[in-house]
Amino acid sequence: METEYGKGVELMDGTKFDDAQTGEQKIRNFNINFGPQHPAAHGVLRLVLELDGEIVERCDPHIGLLHRGTEKLMESRTYLQNLPYFDRLDYVAPMNQEHAWCLAIEKLTGTVVPRRASLIRVLFCEIGRILNHILNVTTQAMDVGALTPPLWGFEEREKLMVFYERACGARLHANYFRPGGVHQDLPDELIDDIEEWAIDFPKMLKDIDELLTENRIFKQRNVDIGIITEQDALDWGFSGVMVRGSGMAWDLRRSQPYECYDEFDFQIPVGKNGDCYDRYLCRMQEMSESLKIIRQAIVKLREATGDVMSRGKITPPKRGDMKTSMESLIHHFKLYTEGFHVPAGEIYAAVEAPKGEFGVYLVADGTNKPYRSKIRAPGFLHLQAMDFVATGHQLADVAAIIGTMDVVFGEIDR
Amino acid sequence: MSDALQELGAYIEAKQSDAVLSTSVANGELTVEVTPTALVSFVEFLKVDATCRFSTMVDLTAVDYPTREKRYDVVYHFLSMYQNHRIRVRAGVRDDEMVPSIVDVYPASNWFEREVFDMFGIMFKGHPDLRRILTDYGFRGHPLRKDFPTTGYTEVRYDEAQKRVVYEPVSLVQEYRQFDFMSPWEGAEYILPGDEKSEAKG
Repeated sequence: METEYGKGVELMDGTKFDDAQTGEQKIRNFNINFGPQHPAAHGVLRLVLELDGEIVERCDPHIGLLHRGTEKLMESRTYLQNLPYFDRLDYVAPMNQEHAWCLAIEKLTGTVVPRRASLIRVLFCEIGRILNHILNVTTQAMDVGALTPPLWGFEEREKLMVFYERACGARLHANYFRPGGVHQDLPDELIDDIEEWAIDFPKMLKDIDELLTENRIFKQRNVDIGIITEQDALDWGFSGVMVRGSGMAWDLRRSQPYECYDEFDFQIPVGKNGDCYDRYLCRMQEMSESLKIIRQAIVKLREATGDVMSRGKITPPKRGDMKTSMESLIHHFKLYTEGFHVPAGEIYAAVEAPKGEFGVYLVADGTNKPYRSKIRAPGFLHLQAMDFVATGHQLADVAAIIGTMDVVFGEIDR
Repeated sequence: MSDALQELGAYIEAKQSDAVLSTSVANGELTVEVTPTALVSFVEFLKVDATCRFSTMVDLTAVDYPTREKRYDVVYHFLSMYQNHRIRVRAGVRDDEMVPSIVDVYPASNWFEREVFDMFGIMFKGHPDLRRILTDYGFRGHPLRKDFPTTGYTEVRYDEAQKRVVYEPVSLVQEYRQFDFMSPWEGAEYILPGDEKSEAKG
C-alpha cells in the first residue's frame, strides 16, 4: 500500500479490516513506529518497522527530524564563523569534528600547525574519543537493560568535560580548534590534572568491564546480534569501529596519518565475529589505547613549549602585538569581520572520529565564504544499513543494533 | 604520494578512455572527470579492477553552479582500504538531465542519492526508492540550490487555537541580515554609496 509515509506503510485507520466482515482470518504483518520519542532511539530516530510476529521483516529509518540545514547556513558565513557548527554535529565528541574542518582549511591554504598545537589537538581528540566511547558503551548497556553503567560512565564524562571547559571555556560546544592551531594554550595545571585523571581512569574502565563483559544478560543480548561481514562493511561504506569489529584493521590515524599521529605508539583493536559484542569489546579496548596516546601526548607537551597558532593571515595576532602595532589591530579587525580568504580549489579532509570516518568536502571559490561544504558523517552510512542489518532479528535486538551503530542525530541529520 | 596518484590517473584514463574526460592531481588528491552516461560502468571498473579496488564508497554530493550550462557537478568519493588510496569522480550534469544510479554497484550510495535528490533535485535513473530524506514530509523545493533562500519559504509554529502545528509563509520582523564584509576595493560588485554622484557628473 502506498501512503504519504512511503511504500508498504499501513495506516491504522480501520480501513483495512475487511476480514472482520467476512469472518475470514487474514494474518498480515504488523507495522509499528519506533520513535521518534523512544529512549533507545538515541535522539530523534523514527523507524518504521514491519514485523512478522516479533521478527523484523523490513526497517525503514526516517531521518531528518533534527535537520538544521548546516550546509546551507555555512554557505553564507565566513570560514571562522562556520567552525562552531561542527561542535553541533556529533555533540558527543565535538572537537573531533572541528578537527576535520580545520584540516580542510589548512590543506587548502598550506598552513603548517605548530607542534604544540598539534599535540594539544591529538590530546583533545583522544579525550573526545573516550567521551564518545564511554557514552556509547554505557548507553548501549542501558538499551539492553543495565542501568548502572551509564550512571558510572557519566561521572567520568563529567570530569572530561571539565577538562574541555578549562581548555576553552565551554563544556560541549568548544570552538577550540582553529585553522592554524588551537585557540588558547593549555595551563600547566590542566596538563597535570589530565595526567592524574589518566592514572585513575583505568580503574573505572575495569569497573565497567567487570559489570558488562562477562555479564550473562549483556552477552545474551549482544553476542551474534547484528553480524557484519567484511564484504558487508565495504558494501555499505562503514568506517571506524564498524569495520574494525568485522576484522579489518582500518584506522585513518594509522593508515592515512594526519596531525602527528604517526609518532604515537598505539594498537588498533580488531574484532573477530563482527557482532555487537565484538564492537563493544573494540570500543573498550580503544579507550585504553586512547589513554596511551593521552599519556604520550602529555609527556611530549611538557617538552614542546611554543606558540599554539601559526601566526599569519588566517590566525589572529597576539594580544600584546595588538597593543603596540597598528597593523596587528587592523589585521585582527579584518579577520573577525571580513574573515580570511581561502584560495579556490577543492579538498576532502577526513579524520578518524570516534564513530568512524568524518570528512569534509570543501569547495572554495577564493572568497571569505565556502562555496559548498559537504559534511560526510559516519553515522549516516551506518544507519543506512539498518534495514540490511536488522532484518531477520527480533524486535528487541533493534535497540541493541542502534546502540552498536553509535548513531547521533546531530551529525546524521546535519 | 602524488606520483602514485598521477600513475593511477593515467592508468584509469588508459583503461576507460571513453568514460574519462580528464584527470588531475591537486592538493594531493586525484580527480577524474567522467561523462554521466558512462558512470555505472566506470564505477564498476573502479570497484573491480585490481589496481584500483575502490572498495568503499565514501561520499556523494553535488555542487550547484547556476551560471553554467552544465549546472551541477555530481561528486563521488571512493576509498580503497586495500590499496589505501582515494579518488574523486566528478560528472557535470545539466538541469534537465538524469544521472544513472550506482546503487547496484555500491549499496551505500542509496541514501546519498536520496539526499542529493532532496537537496538539489537531481534525479537518479534506476534508484529503487527516490524519496526525500532530510527535509520535512511534504517539503517543496531543493534547499541547497543557490537560488533557494537561506530562510526558506515556510515556517512552522504551534497554533494555540487550532491545537496543532501550522505552516505559514516566512515573515521576517526585520530584513534578513547579510553583511558584506569584503574590502570595497576587492569584493564590491555594486556601486559604493556616493560613487553614483561622480557617475552623474562625468
